[in-house]
Parts: sequence; C-alpha cells; structure tokens
Amino acid sequence: MNKSRGQSQPKKYGMVIDLDKCTGCGSCMVACMAENNVPFKKDETNKRDSITWMKVYRLTNGKPFPDHDICYLPRPCMHCEGHNGHSPCVSVCPATATDYSNETGIVSQIYTRCFGCRYCMAACPYHARYFNWWDPVWPAGMEEMLSPDVSVRMRGIVEKCSFCFHRYQRAMDKAHLEGRRDLEEAEYQTSCTQACPVGAITFGDLNNPEHKVHQLVKPDNAHSGRPQAPNAFRLLERLGTNPKVYYLSDREWVRRAGDNYLKGEGTIGAKH
Amino acid sequence: MDSALIPQGVKRCSLGKFALFIGIVGAVLLWGVYAMLLCWLKGLNQTNMNDYYGFALWIWADLAVIALGGGAFFTGFLRYIVGKDELKNIINYAVLIGFICYSSALLILAIDIGQPLRGWFIFWHANVHSMLTEVAFCLSCYFAVLSIEYLPLVLENRQLNKVPFFHNLAHNMHEVMAVFAATGAFLSFFHQGSLGGVSGVLFGRPFGFREGAFIWPWTFFLFTWSAAAYGPCFTLMLTRLIEKVTGKRLVGDKCVDLLAKISGWMILTYIIAKIADTLYWAWVTAPEAGFTLMDFYSNNPVYGIWILVLEIVIGGIVPALILVTRKGRKSSFLLVTAVICGVIGVSVNRWVMVLQVMAMPVMPFDTWAMYYPSWQEVATTILPVAYGVILVALSYRYLPVFPQEKELNS
Repeated sequence: MNKSRGQSQPKKYGMVIDLDKCTGCGSCMVACMAENNVPFKKDETNKRDSITWMKVYRLTNGKPFPDHDICYLPRPCMHCEGHNGHSPCVSVCPATATDYSNETGIVSQIYTRCFGCRYCMAACPYHARYFNWWDPVWPAGMEEMLSPDVSVRMRGIVEKCSFCFHRYQRAMDKAHLEGRRDLEEAEYQTSCTQACPVGAITFGDLNNPEHKVHQLVKPDNAHSGRPQAPNAFRLLERLGTNPKVYYLSDREWVRRAGDNYLKGEGTIGAKH
Repeated sequence: MDSALIPQGVKRCSLGKFALFIGIVGAVLLWGVYAMLLCWLKGLNQTNMNDYYGFALWIWADLAVIALGGGAFFTGFLRYIVGKDELKNIINYAVLIGFICYSSALLILAIDIGQPLRGWFIFWHANVHSMLTEVAFCLSCYFAVLSIEYLPLVLENRQLNKVPFFHNLAHNMHEVMAVFAATGAFLSFFHQGSLGGVSGVLFGRPFGFREGAFIWPWTFFLFTWSAAAYGPCFTLMLTRLIEKVTGKRLVGDKCVDLLAKISGWMILTYIIAKIADTLYWAWVTAPEAGFTLMDFYSNNPVYGIWILVLEIVIGGIVPALILVTRKGRKSSFLLVTAVICGVIGVSVNRWVMVLQVMAMPVMPFDTWAMYYPSWQEVATTILPVAYGVILVALSYRYLPVFPQEKELNS
C-alpha cells in the first residue's frame, strides 16, 4: 500500500515507451538478457525458439519513399491486469505457476512450480512467454558472471519478463532496513529503462500521481479505461487484457498498428 | 497353441499369423516409444514446436482421441442410464475403444509436458480457474472408471473366468456397472467440456475465444455435445473396419441402426448449434476484437474458408442427413461414408481449435505462423494408434468383446 500518498491504493507498476524516441538500438534487449540470466542456445538461427524477454519489433507504414516511415516497438511482458487480475496467462495456468500480485501489479512466474504445459504461452497474444526448449548454454566463463539475484531456468519450463522483480525485492529490503515501507521512484527501475540511451522507456507506479509514468498517461482520469494522453495507447487494448505497458506516439499509423482496427474505425487519440 | 484362451465357439486365425501381425504393429509401436524417450530424455527440442506453437500436433491428437473416445461414455449412458438394451451388443467394444483413447490421451499429455516428473503439480498446486486443471482431474478419474468398466471383460477370458473369485468379481461388477456408467458420463461431460474451454477461454486469441454462459464459454458445451455425437461414429467406423479385416459380422444390424440413428440426431442438433455459434462469432465476437471472418481464413497458405466448409458441411450436415434417414442407415456404403465424414468433421474441429488458433496472427504487425511436425512428433502421435491396434487385436482374440459374433456367423 502506498501510505505516502495518504491513501490505500495498491501499487501498479507499469511502463511507458515513447515510440517516437526509440531508435531500435536493442540496448534494452541486451540489458534485459544480461540482467536476467536469459540463456543462449547453441544454434540461434531459429528465432521462434529463442528467448528474448524484451523483443524489439520493426514496424513500417508500408508506403514507398519518400512517405516511407518506420517505428521500433519494444515489447516486454505486458503484465496484463485482465479482468480483475485474471490476466490471460494467470487464469489458465493449471499449477498456479504464474500469479498476479495485487501488491505490485506484476505478473510473476514461479519456475519451480512450472511443469511446462505451455498453456500460458497459448493464452498470451503478445508472445511474451518463452519455453526453454533447450538446456541453457553460457559462453565459456560467462556462467561465473551470472546475476546471483535471478534464478537460472532449466529446460522444460516457461519464463518471461518480470519487470526485474528482483530489483524491487532488493529495493524493498533496503527500504525496510531504513525503516521505510515505500520506495522512491528511482529506487526501483528495470534494467531496460536504465539501459535505454534515448530515455524512451519510463518505469514506475501508474497509480502514483508523483511518478512520471502516471503523468505521461494519466490512467486514473481515463474514461472507459482509455488513457487520457491523446498519443498514448496499449497493444491489443480491445481484447480486454488490460496491459500495464503504454506506448506513446504522435503518428496515427503507429497507434493504429497497436490494435486491430476495422476498416473505417477511427483511431484512438488525437488526429495528426 | 493358444486355443484354450480363445472364447468358445468362435474361430481365430493361427497364432503364427497373429504373431506376425502383432510384430509388424509392434515395430511401429517401438518406433513411437523411441521417439517418446527422445522427447523425455533430450527434451521437447526434438519437436518442431516453438514459442508460437506451444500447442501443436500432440494436443490436437489428444483432443481428437478424447472426442472419438466419447462413444464409450455416451453408449454407456444410453445403455445403462437411458436403458437402450439393444446397445449391449456393442458396449464392450465401445468401452474398449474408450479405454484405448483415454489411456492414449494420458500418455500424450505425459509426453507433452516439458517436465514430466513434475506432472503431479497439476494436482498439488491446482488452479481452480484453469480449464486444464479440470481436464487433468476428470481425465484421470474417468480413465479409472474406464479401467473398472474394461476389467470385467478381461476377467471373462475363458481361463481367467474359471477362477471362482474372478468369475464372481466380473459378475458383481456387471451388476453395479450402471453406477460406473453414470459416474463416467458425469466425468466425461465435464472434461469434454473443459477441453472445449481450453481454447474457448483464451480471450487474447480471437480465433478460439467464445462468449459464454456463466463461467463456461460456448465451446464447453459444443465439445461435450460433439463428443457424444461423433464418438459413436468412431465406434461404428472401427466396428465396420474390424468386420472387414476379420471377414465376419460382429454386431447385429439392429444395434448398429440404433446407435447410428442416435448419433445422426445428435450430430444434427450439434451442427445447428455450431452454425449458430459460428454466426455469432463472425458477427459479434470477432468484430469486437477487431477482426472480420475472412481475417481468419486468408493471407496464409493453408487455412482457407474450405476448412470451415469441410468441418460444418462435409463433417456435419452430410453425416447428419445420412444418419437420420432410414434409407441412409440401411445402405452400407452411405452408413460408412457418414461415419467417416463424422470422424473427419470432429477431427477438423479439434485441429482448428489447436493449430489454427496458434497460427493466426493477433498483433497487427505479426504474420501467420506455419508449422510442420518433426518425425518425433509424428511417431509419438502414431504410437497410440499402434498401441490401440494391438489392444483391439488382443481383446478381439482372447476376450468376448462381441457377444453376437457366434450367433451372426453360425
């Protein structure tokens, strides 16, 4: 509970990614892999069984030069809220190996409980979940550089972006030692947020008006669940997954690429 | 040599010929076992599944055999609960087919999970919201019920039946079989439904997602209905097949006619419900998710609108119309055509609910994902077929599966 605000609203950690700033450099992907001990496999040519908790998609408007335009869209796990916390993956896992935290709004994955049925992967429309088809491989010597805060996952289980939850735990431990029950905005940041060279990724508590993410999208003031910011949108919003990752773009075609608009449907947000 | 084990009054091929047949099918079985061991020891990297296709050929096979094995619970329900006495001549065979289908389904699930030694977590850490939890519980329980239903048949083997304890046990089990038939029907109703729910609750996947009643999507009810409708088709198809192979008549016309007629009416009512479901999905559910019907059936090399026609018209309307008419049921050719169409129809339905759901792009900037199975997947999918053939052959040779055989071939 966020008592510093004098109210009992739970935290809702989320991300805002400014697509007009993103250059597609891939720093977020690299930082994520290094931070979270994301494994390699011997042959990485088949990208459909590679693990990339943070993946950068390349979108184009499909128009010829000089009207051609591209956009890079980083896609972490959306940490969907779904219907009352029933995100697509959480509600289907038969062994409660994935869970939605009401305290933080983060969808966690309990590796020691997962037995690899992959139903959560089938449920996730964002392809944000990955199965360990292979035993993890580390280049010689690199196993000594693995982060001690993050479990190394074995073959046969599902994993995904955790919003660097170990950083939250570490920050909370520090805060508790200092007699605090709450965190400052900067105390808990994901590795991709820190690594982004252009500051396209912002991370924080969407429920906290003092946090930048809240100010960027102002979800509390939204009508019918829509963010107030005219250039903000969420991926596949109409499916009801209620993701906690927001995207910003002034370009209408980019906002349209965020959801399946039917012919003739107006775009959410301002017209440019 | 094994004549003492063969039921009295019936003829069987020589032991050498039988052993050769079992040997050939056994080789296929061993091929499947080898592939299964590869998947268990080396991992699911032996398959061509990937992060787009977490559910693939196996899960289709799993859903298909369970639907086709639905003949066991529905025939049992008709025989013991509704009181259709004529079906006593096919109930043993229906139970055998059901036993094979359900044990195969459990085997497939055991191969499919990435960490088979942790499979018990589904019971220990059960999530009551998950359709798969319900599937696992009901499937395990119903398999136990089917084993109990199959056991008296084994105990009726000529030599085993000479043991007084086995004789009395088999007799007493027959007496209380209505209780197990009712339990089986109840369990099967729920797990067939929850298998339908597996894709129906995927609100992030508009191709599979369905609106519903209470906590169940419509696919819950459609799957149960279709298993009850098409399961008997599979039983009839295999009856005709084994009659063809053995060159004998095994089940009387009256029994076949009754089961075919009930199956026909079940298919007809199911297909009406399926058409209504498809229309609502195309006109309401899909547009709400930002899709038109043709988005699901275009811009890919495989899944055209033909697949919907195959499922509903060829696999639904055609068998229904044949089986509800006396003329259709009387013609051996039409009857066989209808049950084959029915088996194809329900298999296609399960195929699209597993494979096409995964292939269809949901994010606007994504593309259709195609997949083809590896030989290990094919071998492990054929494995249950070989196992089933062996079990049918052994049961036919040594157990009184068809009570009318002696009378029809005398």
